[in-house]
Amino acid sequence: MSQRIAIIDYGMGNLHSVAKAIEHLMAPSDQVWVTNDAQLIQRADRIIFPGQGAARDCMLAINKQVRETVLMAVREKPFLGICMGLQVLLDHSAENAGTDLLGVISGQVQAFDKSQSINGQTLKIPQMGWNQVQQQDTTHFLWKGIPNNSRFYFVHSYYVAPKNQSLIAGTTNYGITFTSALAYNNLFAVQFHPEKSAELGLRLLKNFLHWNP
Amino acid sequence: MLAKRIIPCLDVDAGRVVKGIKFVDIRDAGDPVEVARRYNTEGADEITFLDITASSDQRDTIVQVVEKVAGEVFIPLTVGGGIRKVEDVRKMLNAGADKVAINTAAVFNPELVQECSSRFGSQCIVVAIDAKQVSPPDTPSQWEIFTHGGRKATGIDAIAWATKMSEYGAGEILLTSMDRDGTKRGFDLKLTRTIAQAVPIPIIASGGVGTLQHLVDGIKLGLADAVLAASIFHFGEYSIAEAKRFMAEQDIEVRL
Repeated sequence: MSQRIAIIDYGMGNLHSVAKAIEHLMAPSDQVWVTNDAQLIQRADRIIFPGQGAARDCMLAINKQVRETVLMAVREKPFLGICMGLQVLLDHSAENAGTDLLGVISGQVQAFDKSQSINGQTLKIPQMGWNQVQQQDTTHFLWKGIPNNSRFYFVHSYYVAPKNQSLIAGTTNYGITFTSALAYNNLFAVQFHPEKSAELGLRLLKNFLHWNP
Repeated sequence: MLAKRIIPCLDVDAGRVVKGIKFVDIRDAGDPVEVARRYNTEGADEITFLDITASSDQRDTIVQVVEKVAGEVFIPLTVGGGIRKVEDVRKMLNAGADKVAINTAAVFNPELVQECSSRFGSQCIVVAIDAKQVSPPDTPSQWEIFTHGGRKATGIDAIAWATKMSEYGAGEILLTSMDRDGTKRGFDLKLTRTIAQAVPIPIIASGGVGTLQHLVDGIKLGLADAVLAASIFHFGEYSIAEAKRFMAEQDIEVRL
């Protein structure tokens, strides 16, 4: 059965990598739309919400229409948040002297503590590179075929701290242990970049394309 | 724990990989897609393309290279060489590059780094620094940065420059020792360590790798977050998988 996948384009960052990975994985009859058109997003079967850059710029770029569409989609359809697309789902970020976010998930976005050190070396910020994700519920469909503690590619200086601990789908250690994946009904959101995480990242995206929550 | 990265670097001239790639099972060693795919299979953590195309009318070939590779190889791609304007950065990111390395243009126009990092995010702006030791022996070490592939002196101190670039929004520094580049004598560890301790952002060590022990030293003694090498991988002396196993045996966290 063919399906339509919308990648929400609100002007923040490199969506081409996500689109290319999806095109690589999807069935020939599937369609991928990189779009900010609310009508198209409403017609799509699955939604991917990526994003890069600073919290304030992201929130400025998310206009009323995109906001309403996202808030609707997140309740109705398989929805995958990636990187800033995870962070903006929370209530509030410490970035840019404090930025209000979409408030889909209750909790805060916090900065890594620059005074932290690992093995005597100061914590480099951003965290850039391949780190392990400890799966909280290894039976979640999106982790299918992905061994626990597999490595994914991260680039970020802030991390999410959801209020409701039961939403945590994965954790990662970088100076502290932080939430690197969230799951809530039809929503799954990750801090890392599956589209840049080689075979296992592609596996997660493929799982998303077959997920029927 | 966050893994230390191994990054193979490929020189690309008019859309073709140059400097002999010796993989017996690769049909076309000059095809960037084939080479990138091979490195990905071997476990490269990222791939860097350095565009060395001289003639301006073939400049856009690198854009096509990035487009093709990004459609088939799903690990981070960095592109450097000839980046002068915001528009060049945008073009590379749109083609599918994840990071763009700025070198000479940053020296002549440091605000370019500021502008690009605020426009596209720090995560995609790498500042490439070519440094050469200028202090005489038995005096405290000092390094100066050079431009135009290491040919032109600038009079700028490397530590001060790295610090300034991180303040201007660089997400990462690609640090090449001009004294060691091409020598196979190992990284300039003192330079690498000095810069790594001076800036809060990740450092990629480059220049001089001849053995797998050099990679280990770059991380353990140079305190680099990532190591970049070209010839030891291209000429088939070592595979990336071998390099990672060797590093893991020496208790370095790597993605196996």
